[in-house]
Amino acid sequence: MRIRAITLRILQQFIHDKRTMALMFIAPLLVLSLMSLVFNGDDYKPVIGVSGQAVKLSASLESHDAKVKEYATAELGTDAVSEGTIDALLTLNGTTPQMVLEGSNPTANRAVMMVLEKTSQELLPSSGIKIQPEISYLYGSADMKTIDRFGPIMIGVFVFFFVFLIAGVSFLRERTTGTLERLLSTPLKRWEIVLGYVCGFGIFTVFQALLISWFSIQVLGILMTGSFGYVLLMTLLLSMTALTLGTLLSAFAANELQMIQFIPLIIVPQIFLSGLFPMDTLPLWLQRVGLATPLYYGADALMNIMIRGKGWSDIALDVYVLIGFTLLFMTLNVLALRKHRKM
Amino acid sequence: MNKDAPVIKVSHVGRAFGSKLVLDDISLQVEKAETFGILGPSGSGKTTLVKMLTGIDETSSGEIHVLGVKMPKLAMLQQIGYMAQSDALYTELSAKENLEFFASLYGLKGEHRTRRIKAVMELVNLEEHLRKGVAQYSGGMKRRLSLAIALLHEPPLLILDEPTVGIDPVLRLSIWNELRALNKKGTTIVLTTHVMDEAEKCDRLAMIRDGKLLAVDTPDGLLQATGSASIEEAFLYYGGVRS
Repeated sequence: MRIRAITLRILQQFIHDKRTMALMFIAPLLVLSLMSLVFNGDDYKPVIGVSGQAVKLSASLESHDAKVKEYATAELGTDAVSEGTIDALLTLNGTTPQMVLEGSNPTANRAVMMVLEKTSQELLPSSGIKIQPEISYLYGSADMKTIDRFGPIMIGVFVFFFVFLIAGVSFLRERTTGTLERLLSTPLKRWEIVLGYVCGFGIFTVFQALLISWFSIQVLGILMTGSFGYVLLMTLLLSMTALTLGTLLSAFAANELQMIQFIPLIIVPQIFLSGLFPMDTLPLWLQRVGLATPLYYGADALMNIMIRGKGWSDIALDVYVLIGFTLLFMTLNVLALRKHRKM
Repeated sequence: MNKDAPVIKVSHVGRAFGSKLVLDDISLQVEKAETFGILGPSGSGKTTLVKMLTGIDETSSGEIHVLGVKMPKLAMLQQIGYMAQSDALYTELSAKENLEFFASLYGLKGEHRTRRIKAVMELVNLEEHLRKGVAQYSGGMKRRLSLAIALLHEPPLLILDEPTVGIDPVLRLSIWNELRALNKKGTTIVLTTHVMDEAEKCDRLAMIRDGKLLAVDTPDGLLQATGSASIEEAFLYYGGVRS
């Protein structure tokens, strides 16, 4: 009898909390759809540039599922590789093919090597081209492990995830325990509360960023070619964005459980769209959604620093975008607090 | 501001949440250095009225003036000491840390802050528990700490929402003595209660029920006007339940 009473009560609680109920049914569908889009995306088609005599290999490369771009000179082609517009550049030095791979994405590397292998086998009998291609990597290397690619993104993901949740729950608790109302009965201004949270957690996140960056690079041995200072800057900016987004969204959660419900809605989609998987195979609209997520910019900059060893000019845009996100979330949070006190 | 002007002047105040009218046409005045009780059953709109007095909430109609200034006004919050119905304390922190935090919000610094913390903790009889974590406090201790925090910045107006809930009779008496002492020093006190015998201790009382003001008078005045023997009877009289 008591069990029945408890069962009934739980069912009633669910019925009253429509959001939790909706999340139980809809969130898994959302995550599963995303996963199916990501993993069932078309096979990755490498983009291979050709220049000079290698142009005559275009047709053969294309027949093996590569997209081919022709460049007038080898220099133009090399530039395209370093900008990431193409995955590799093929040139012919006499009869020896030379392949320069961009190298930062193991998936792309494998795809390029596959095409090259097939092309070589096909041409072997007829062309007389010596098939022992010279291969070099612009960034990374042939033995670059998947973790080296995922590492920088995962640093961003973990920082974002934990700061988001902890900051969100802690701000939420101000509301549920009544301390927020108490704060608002003092002459404290609304923006002072928001800024106080940013500073308080900011100090905390500096240490967190230090620890995570140090651990990933020194202990896990993730490939790191750039400046540690920039890695720190990016993890810190990601923390700030996560912190301000977490505190903002906590205004729309009634309890801790509802805060947790934001994970599949806010965090998981960002992870999928952050560049962890090749974005090119995703539908265009989904790529656009990715551009609106903070994690995308953080991961992009971290990859540029850690894998490609790039400097300020290549991460400046990401830095500005993340600062922009932070300021936007802070402003919205100050406005959201109007719900509790108008002045 | 005129010396005899009321500390609080509530004129024709209404408050609606959506289409639900929680307070309807409330008008009353609170004079300087008196203890003014707002009496009513739970759900009558007491807390809503208190929140508007402190400036956390806004009126839907009518006006509230505190110390001659139209509310809500951020600067006026410095003049008000507020104790909410729920103990708004950071349980992870010690009492001292809680006091220091709120003292800083009211701009108390250094030596003065230390002195005020000591003074209010003595007042509520908690000085030996200053360094204890609030999580270890009993319900009554938390209530007293909340009161101590409201007194920190020596506000001329004290607004207390159900201040003596969960406090034993001995301590309740000592808190009432302190409130009286504050009155003598010129502090105006507004408190809400649903305990009738406590209402008798107020200088004047407002009776609220279903968002409507039933009567405002001294406890004796209310008894005489209704011919009742107790505040409880008077309250029932105004509520339309006559025995």
